Amino acid sequence: MLPLTYSRPSDVRAALAAASTQDTYFIGGGTNLLDLMKAGVEKARTLVDVNHLGLDRIERASDGGVRIGAGVRNTDAANHAMIRADYPLLSQAFLAGASAQLRNMATVGGNLMQRTRCDYFVDTAYEHCNKRKPGSGCAALEGFNKLHAIIGYSDACVAVNPSDMNVALVALDAVINVEGPNGTRRIPITEFHRLPGEHPEIDTTLKHGELITSIDLPKSTATRNAHYLKLRERGSYAFALVSVAVALTMLDHRIDSARIALGGVAHKPWFAEKASASLAGKGKDAIDYAAVAALAVDDAKALSQNGYKIPLAKNAVERALRTAVEAA
Amino acid sequence: MPTRDANAGFDAQRRVFLGTVAGGAVTAGVGLPLSSMAEVRSPAVDAAPHAVPVNDVKFRVNGTEQHLRVDARTTLLDALREDLHLTGVKKGCDRGQCGACTVIVDGRRINSCLTLAVMHEGATITTVEGLASSGQPSALQSAFLEHDGFQCGYCTPGQLCSATALLDEVRRNEASALTPDIARTTRVDLSDAEIRERMSGNICRCGAYPNIVAAIRKTASET
Repeated sequence: MLPLTYSRPSDVRAALAAASTQDTYFIGGGTNLLDLMKAGVEKARTLVDVNHLGLDRIERASDGGVRIGAGVRNTDAANHAMIRADYPLLSQAFLAGASAQLRNMATVGGNLMQRTRCDYFVDTAYEHCNKRKPGSGCAALEGFNKLHAIIGYSDACVAVNPSDMNVALVALDAVINVEGPNGTRRIPITEFHRLPGEHPEIDTTLKHGELITSIDLPKSTATRNAHYLKLRERGSYAFALVSVAVALTMLDHRIDSARIALGGVAHKPWFAEKASASLAGKGKDAIDYAAVAALAVDDAKALSQNGYKIPLAKNAVERALRTAVEAA
Repeated sequence: MPTRDANAGFDAQRRVFLGTVAGGAVTAGVGLPLSSMAEVRSPAVDAAPHAVPVNDVKFRVNGTEQHLRVDARTTLLDALREDLHLTGVKKGCDRGQCGACTVIVDGRRINSCLTLAVMHEGATITTVEGLASSGQPSALQSAFLEHDGFQCGYCTPGQLCSATALLDEVRRNEASALTPDIARTTRVDLSDAEIRERMSGNICRCGAYPNIVAAIRKTASET
C-alpha cells in the first residue's frame, strides 16, 4: 500500500469536494478496495471515508418502492423487514454472497463497484491484464478461463462481474442514484455496468468524482414469484460459477411480466432480455421451460475451459424459473 | 505474513522513518505498526518521505479506552496486534478469506484485516481477550474446551469471536442463505447445516469443524 491521506467528511458535498484527484478513492466497507490496495492493484493515495454521510437508511419511497442508502451494510439490507417482506429475492442474493463477516462490513454502494476476481487481474505477478494495465493483453483469453465469461466478452477481456446483489438488482429493475460535481444522475442498473469492449479497465458508467448515494427499487410486484439460485464449487463462501435471479409479476395464473438475470457469465450482471420477454402473457401451465432457458443462453460462446457453463446456465435458468412460477 | 526478518535493512530504514515523521508527533508508548514501517521502504516514499500522514483514532477495546496515533494504512488487525499487543487476534491470510482475524465491532463480527483502524473512531471492539468475564471463560469458550473444538488453535480466536456474534444474530432472528422462507421472519432453527453456513467465513486448516459445530450447538441450546 502507498502512503495514504485519510479524511472522514460528514456530508455528501464535503465528500465530493475531497475527491478531486484521480488517485482519490471513496471507501465504504473496504472489503474489496483494501484487498486490492494490499495486492498493489489499486493505487490509492487519498481515501475519503463515506461511512458518515447519512447514507445508511432504508426508506419507503412515495411510489411504494424502497430507497436503500449506499452506505447500508449488506447484512442490514438483507435483514431489513421491508426488504425481506417485499424483495425476498434481494435478501436471498445478499445472503448468498461472501461470509457473515464480510456482509457486516460491505456496503451496497461498494457492492456495485466490486471488481472482478479474475486471477490475472488480482495478481500483479501476471503481466498481461488489460483491465489492470491497458494494452498489456488478456492472459485469460487463452489461459485459465474456467471461471470466465460466456457472453458479451471481447478479445481484450473475458472477466466476469462477481456480485450476487447486482444480479438481483437487474431482475428487480433497480435504479442507481449518483451525485457528482455536476449534480445528480439516475442510472438504470442495466446501464450501470459495462461490457469490456476495447476498454475493460472501465467497469461502470460512473464518472470519477461521482458518488453513489442510493439504490431505488420500484414498487414490488414480484414478491412471492421470485427466486435466486447460485451454483458454486462449494456450498458457501464462494463466487458463483453461474447464478440466476428471476422476478415474475403474476396475475392469477398468468405471467404479466418477467425479468431474468444471470451472474457469473459476463462482465456485467446479464439481463436475459429475450428470455424474459418470451414469458409475457404466458399462462402458468403453458410455459416451455427448456425453450425459455435456451433463449437465455443463445448468445453464449464458450472459451477453452468453460464450456460447462452453457448447459449449467441453461439448467439453472430452467430450475430458478420453475421455482419462481410454482411458489405459492 | 510480514515478519521483522523479512525486511532486510529494516533497522536503518526504521530510524530514517521515525526521524522523519516524529518531530514530536509520535508520542512515547504509542508505536507505529510494523507493517506500515516496512512499507515505507518503497521508492516512491523514499523520494518523498514526508508524505506519510499519521492519524489519531480513539476506540474502546475490551472495556478500555485506547488512543492511537497510526499511519492511515494501518489495518484494525495490525493496530490491535502491534500497537495494543492483543496478539490473540490472529493474522492468517490478511486478505479477508480465512476469518482468523475476526473481532466484534459495535456488536458485529468483522474481518479486522480488511478495515483501517482510523475508520473505527468511537467504536466498541471485542477481541478474544475480552470474551471471558471476571476470569471465567464464556459458555462458548467452555464448550470449545469440552468438545475439543480445535487442534493447533490458530483459527480459534476468530472462531470464538465469530460464533459469539453468530449466537447474537440468531437471537435477533437474522436470516441466512438457508432460511427456508426469507419473506417471513421466524425463529431460527439452528441446525448443524445452519451453523456451518453461518460459520463459513472461518476456515480451520486442522479440520476441527465437527467439534466446532458441536460446541456452538451446545452453547446455543443452553443459552
